[in-house]
Order: sequence, then C-alpha cells, then structure tokens
Amino acid sequence: MDLKLKIWRQAGPTAKGQFVDYDVHNISSDASFLEMIDILNDELVEKGEDPVAFDHDCREGICGMCSMFINGHPHGPEKATTTCQLHMRKFKDGETITVEPWRAKPFPVIKDLIVDRSAFDEIIQAGGYTSATTGGVPDANAIPINKENAELAMDAAACIGCGACVAACKNASAMLFVSAKVSQFALLPQGKVEAKDRVKEMVAKMDELGFGNCTNTYACEAECPKEISITNIARLNRQFIGAKLG
Amino acid sequence: MTKIDSKIPAGPLAEKWTHYKEHQNLVNPANKRKIDIIVIGTGLAGGAAAASLGELGFNVKVFCIQDSPRRAHSIAAQGGINAAKNYPNDGDTVYRLFYDTIKGGDYRAREANVYRLAEVSNNIIDQCVAQGVPFAREYSGYLANRSFGGALVSRTFYARGQTGQQLLLGAYGALSKEIKRGSVKLYTRREMLDLVVTGEGKARGVIVRNLFTGEIERYGAHAVLLATGGYGNVYFLSTNAMTSNGSAAWRAYKRGAWFANPCYVQIHPTCIPVHGSYQSKLTLMSESLRNDGRIWVPKNKEDIEKVRSGALKPKDIPEENRDYYLERRYPAFGNLVPRDVASRAAKERCDAGYGVGNTGLAVYLDFKDAIDRLGKEVIKARYGNLFDMYERIVDDNPYETPMMIYPAIHYSMGGLWVDYELQSNIPGLFVGGEANFSDHGANRLGASALMQGLSDGYFVLPYTMQNYLADQITVGAIPTNTPEFDAAEKAVKDRIQKLMSVNGTETVDALHKRLGLIMWDHVGMARNKEGLEKAIKDIQALRKEFWEKVRVPGSPDGINIELEKALRLADFLELGELMARDALHREESAGGHFREEFQTPEGEALRNDKDYMYVGAWEYTGDDKEPKLNKEELKYENIEVKTRNYKTA
Repeated sequence: MDLKLKIWRQAGPTAKGQFVDYDVHNISSDASFLEMIDILNDELVEKGEDPVAFDHDCREGICGMCSMFINGHPHGPEKATTTCQLHMRKFKDGETITVEPWRAKPFPVIKDLIVDRSAFDEIIQAGGYTSATTGGVPDANAIPINKENAELAMDAAACIGCGACVAACKNASAMLFVSAKVSQFALLPQGKVEAKDRVKEMVAKMDELGFGNCTNTYACEAECPKEISITNIARLNRQFIGAKLG
Repeated sequence: MTKIDSKIPAGPLAEKWTHYKEHQNLVNPANKRKIDIIVIGTGLAGGAAAASLGELGFNVKVFCIQDSPRRAHSIAAQGGINAAKNYPNDGDTVYRLFYDTIKGGDYRAREANVYRLAEVSNNIIDQCVAQGVPFAREYSGYLANRSFGGALVSRTFYARGQTGQQLLLGAYGALSKEIKRGSVKLYTRREMLDLVVTGEGKARGVIVRNLFTGEIERYGAHAVLLATGGYGNVYFLSTNAMTSNGSAAWRAYKRGAWFANPCYVQIHPTCIPVHGSYQSKLTLMSESLRNDGRIWVPKNKEDIEKVRSGALKPKDIPEENRDYYLERRYPAFGNLVPRDVASRAAKERCDAGYGVGNTGLAVYLDFKDAIDRLGKEVIKARYGNLFDMYERIVDDNPYETPMMIYPAIHYSMGGLWVDYELQSNIPGLFVGGEANFSDHGANRLGASALMQGLSDGYFVLPYTMQNYLADQITVGAIPTNTPEFDAAEKAVKDRIQKLMSVNGTETVDALHKRLGLIMWDHVGMARNKEGLEKAIKDIQALRKEFWEKVRVPGSPDGINIELEKALRLADFLELGELMARDALHREESAGGHFREEFQTPEGEALRNDKDYMYVGAWEYTGDDKEPKLNKEELKYENIEVKTRNYKTA
C-alpha cells in the first residue's frame, strides 16, 4: 500500500506544532499501524531527520501506552481496538491519514504525539484502591462474590488507562475512566468499606486537574478500546450523590 | 571453584522460611524512616515490593521506564497465577506445587527457594482478593480454577485472559496508596544506566537517564532492588514489550554482580507466527488455550502442500489424516505438557516438513472439538478476548478455522544470581521477579511468573531486605557527591557521547534484527557446539560493526528514542555473547536449553546430572577478557531427581 500521512510534529511542550506531510510506500496490509510508523521513522533516521515521537510499549493492546488520534478518532476508526492492534488492512491504498496527539488540557503535549497523562495517576492516587496492606487479610474464599457482580467488576476493571475517553470527549471529561475504577470497587464487598471517601476524593481530584463535565454524548463509550460501558458513569453518579448525602 | 554461599537456612525444607523469619533482624518503626530504598521497575515484583516496603515505613524511591507504573510489562500476562489452595479438592498441596515446579524446571532450580514460593503462593491469592482483583468465580461465588502445563491439578487462578493486568493494577493501587501517603516517591520515564557500588563493595545508588529531558540523574540509598524483567528482546522478536531490556541487569553484572544461567530462555509454544520482516514484536496466545485447544498438523505430505497454498481447508482434513502429535507422544499430559516440550515438538514437526501456513512454520491449535462439546458461548466466555486479538492480527476467525501458532521467545529463566534472601553477591543489591534467576530452573511452568513476581514483592523482599538493613540505621543518608557517583555518571555520559559520535549509516533496529537472527538460529530452540561457536564470533563481529556504523540522530538532551534503543542494543550485544558462552559450556540438555548432541533416541532432552547439576554464575572480569564461571551446586534432598516424564502420570 502507498499512503499519505499528515502527522502532528511539535518539538516540545511550549513549541508551536504543525502538520507535516509524509509519503510511505509498499506497506504490507498485514503491518500494524505502529509498524507502518516504524517504517517511516527508519526512513527519517536514514535521512538524518528526527523520527516521530510516539508512546507505545506492549503492542498487544493492554498496556495503554499507545495514544494516536487517527482520522478524527482516538486509536483510529476500528471499534474496540488500540492503535497498536490496528492493522493497515483497515485502510485503503492511496488514502491520506491524519495523525494527532490526544487533545485535552489536562494531557499537555510533550513532543509530537506524546502527551503527559500523569493526571490519571493522580486520580488513582486520590483513592482508586482498597487500603488493604500486605498481610493479615482473610482467606480468599472467605469473601464469596456473586458471579454476576464479579463479571461486571471485571468489565469495569478492564480499563487500560489510555485516555481515549478524554480525547474523544468535547469537554475533555474523565468520567468514564473514573467511573470504571469506582464501579469496580462499588460492585465488590472489598470496596464497600471506603466507597464514600473513594468517590468523593477521586471526583474532587478529577475536577481539580481540569477535566471537564460529562454532558452525555457517549463519545467516550463509542471510542473506548476496551468497550467500557457508560452505565459505569450512572453508577458513579449514584455513588457520588449517595456519598454527598450521607 | 568459588564456594558459593546461598544462605539457605538450616532445618527441614517445610520449616526453613518460618525459621528464617523467626530469627531474622528487624528494624524498629522509628528507624525505618531513616532508611532509603531504591526500587527499579514497577511490574509485579517491583510494584509489590515498593508498596509493601512503603507500608512498613521505609523511604522508597521507585523508578519506571514508562509514563506510569501501571504499564509495566507484567500487564500483558494473560493466563493466570498458580497457588496451592486446593480449592477444587483435586489433591494439590504445597509440596505438589513445589514438586511440579522443580520437575518442570528440569531439576535446575534451588529447592529451598522453590519451596518458599509454593508456600507463600496461597497468601498471594488472599492479598489480591483483598485488593479487589476481580478473579473469575463460580456460580457459588467462590474462586474458579483452570489447568496449566506441567500439572495434573487445576491450581491456576485467573481474571479472563487479563490476569497479569488485574494483578498489576492491584499492585499499582497499593503503590498509589503509598505514593499518596508519602512513603513512596515515584519517578516515571527514567531508565537506569548504571549501578553505584561504593569502595566497601556495597550497592548504594543508581544513575538514571530522564527520558524526557535527557538529564543524567543520580540517586543514593541504603539498598537497591532491581525488578527490571527479562532479556528476551536480545532476539529482537519476542513477546516482550518494546522497552523491555536487559540493561539494568547487565550494568549490575559489569559492576560485579554475577549473571546466572543466561542460556535458559523460554520459548513459548503458542504465539502468532512471524509474518514479515517489518514485524516489531510477536504476540502470545495464552497457554490457557491448551486446556480446550488441540494441537495438530496434517499426517500426509500431500495435504501439506494443499493447505499451504490454500487449496485445502484444515477443517476438511478428516480425523484419521491428522497428527495430534502432543497427544501421540505424551499421552498422560497431552496438550498440557510444559512449554519447552511443546515448543520442541512443534519445531520437530515443522523441521520434518509437516508445518502449515505459507512459511511452513506453524501448527494448528484447534477448538472444534471443544466448541462441539461445550458450545461456542462457553468457549467465548473463556477465551473471547484472545480470539478477538487473534482475529485482529491475523484477520482469520478462530471459531471457524483453527488458529495457527508457532513458538516464540517469551521469558528468561536466567538472570542475576541471588541467594535465598534474593540478594546478589553485591551486598545491598537485591533482585526480584524475572530479573533474577531464582525459581524456575531451566524451564518455567505456565502461571508461575506472576506467582514468583508477587511472592518476591509482597512476601519475601520486605523480610529479607529488612534483615540486611537492620545494621544500616546509624549510617545516615547516602551522599551522592562522592567519587563513586562521579565516576559512574561520567561512564554513562561517555558511553552516550561515544554512541552519538559514531554517526554511521545503520539504524539501531537494522543491527538489532541481525543480532536477533544470530540468536534465534544458534542460541534458540536447538543449539549445538558448532553453531554456538559461530554465534560467539558473529556477535563479536556485529558488536564491532555496531560501534562503527550505528546512526543515532538528534541530541542526547531531550527525548531521543534512537539513543535509548542504541544504549539497550549495546548491552544486548554483550549479553547475547554471554548467553552463547553459557549455552556452549553446558554440555547437556535441560529444560529450555536443548543441545542437539545431548538427546535420547526419542528426541527428548538428556540431562547430565553428574557434571552439570549446578547454577552457572558468570563473573565479569573485563571487556576483553573471558568471564569467570562460578558454580553453585544444587542439592536435592526432598525430591527424587528423575528424567522428566510426561508420557505417563
């Protein structure tokens, strides 16, 4: 395949960025999107130019590191797929592909396609855990959990923390991310003890860091590579109101 | 031969760990605040250790290479974690888990360490449940189990096909809690480039590169824990993440830490086959699939040509014309033989010309019988995410047509040498998880990596490091303005400068791919003397070429991905040679190390217990000198050493 790429290049956090056009040729349709960028970067290095900086690591769709905004979609057009698992067979020969970083105030661009997502770590630090310390806990089977709740908790826990939900949202809201973690613990008896403080502190941190409000456009759910359900946001709202009331 | 003291406590095997804890030194709560600990890596071992040490009250500085501790490569582990809970009532015990692990490792692991691993395995499951890890459950509400290779019981706990992710997020939660509390300080996007050892021979700090600013930073502490994973990326193509590398361990080696059994690497039997030269990594299909999938190749050569060209579909090959070679060769364990056995059997069939796929380097993993027996919905519930991942990569539907799989580099059993306390031969340098050589001998069983990482991190290192630190309370903060820190920092800066100034014509990846091919061809699934000697020469030549021809554009100040990769490759080019050397010296076949000269008439691995029942711990002696081999003899007092047999129960 031959492709035309329009890639966002930005030298540093305060530098002015711009789209730069590149042509790539003879790309196998079996290559992944990131392998296609690897090929471009190899050509740039051979010419002595600065390769395109982008985040990636496991390349199996689970670490949550990759984060390209491709043709107007976080992680590209394919549903339920991270950038690293997107393959070139999903594009047409000769197509022009636009690649940008996540665009959201709490995720500032660091270089090219790399953004700073440490805000997500800060939200988790605010309360996204149970406070069980190592040792002194009961036998695992002393806490039976009905299968349905365990499955729903697992659905929510599948979040990879990539930030696609924020990038997809016109308000840059982190509600889907926060609700996934709050839901995981709200559905499990282990999470009940600290449920009220958890939801209050995580929401307060999210607001403090400049994430926007949820206005129910469902863009986050549509673009989430792990198909985290918007019903988690409803659960978060119920938890939050419950915590505030009492 | 150097006499190696592995500090195994006296007493009966089952009481050693209790005995150790009863007699070890402790640090009182007020004094813990005066002690600094550096942890490199935030995977299961590093994340769990950092969190647990922080909870105890130590000052912990934790470093990760990614933008968040949640992205360490433990996250990609799919299938599960073993524990001897015996919830299914199928006959499991701590001893049986110990026995299976020693046997699976082909009698090349240390008894006392493995027994402790089996012993604390149950605590890990309890801990993770308390953290809210959403393990799979039965309708009763109790925990579910499944089987993995090399075991006759179901002892594997799992969270769909994302067990590593859920366990890591548990540890990440615990770590986040301590970061908030202030006991742990987090440093992201940092890569360790050297270990600082003081004049008295103690590990007292590290030199790291800030991958954003390019700054070289120094940090001091009373003890250093390396939990930096394995070195599978020496092969270029592996199931490891892109930044997984061997540099932290290698730099420790060059500062005097011994590197044990580097030739023991695990080749995982069920990965998606290689498809092109531009390929950047290989993707694993979880071993759990072997619970329900049957592995086969066509029995007749005439069918091979037709399936390779696409003229014949595998599902149209009748039962009598299929060779379920694992079930045929190993009736007792069938498709659930250990990984090294399954990988070699796949290679044997492909080498004999029975491989499928357009390259002939693939075998079928077929779910038709399981789908007929259990229904598609059950299979989907068990493996849905894996089937989806396969389809995304290969563009083929595994519910309709068998998966194609082939072995790939996955895990390193070898690593830095550690004693019973997980301390290297450098006092104050501890090593956890895949980065140490400790528990898996010559082959690791499935679902045991997660167990070992969390065992080391939650339940072993918080005790053993404390034992070491007990006499450090009067030392005071470790200064970093010393000649040792100056020298280590200068060495790092000089190495970077040297790389930047080569200004050659070859990209880092192009050179790395060439190293990968040498390693795969000669230090891969089957090895022999001639090939290993050739590999050593070829690696030396490639290393020379690297330092003459590598091209690293840009500047070392700020993000420079080519520089990062070049630094890692420079170390892989040395480590690869040591792996070949270790493989050459070990004139036997054991676990993942298969020497073609040493096999039974049936083609099974042939150990030489008389001459090689030891851990080979290599000691650095200088860049142009041969490393020195230290041997730790292995004694088996609680298990009868036998030839591994997976044919009969």
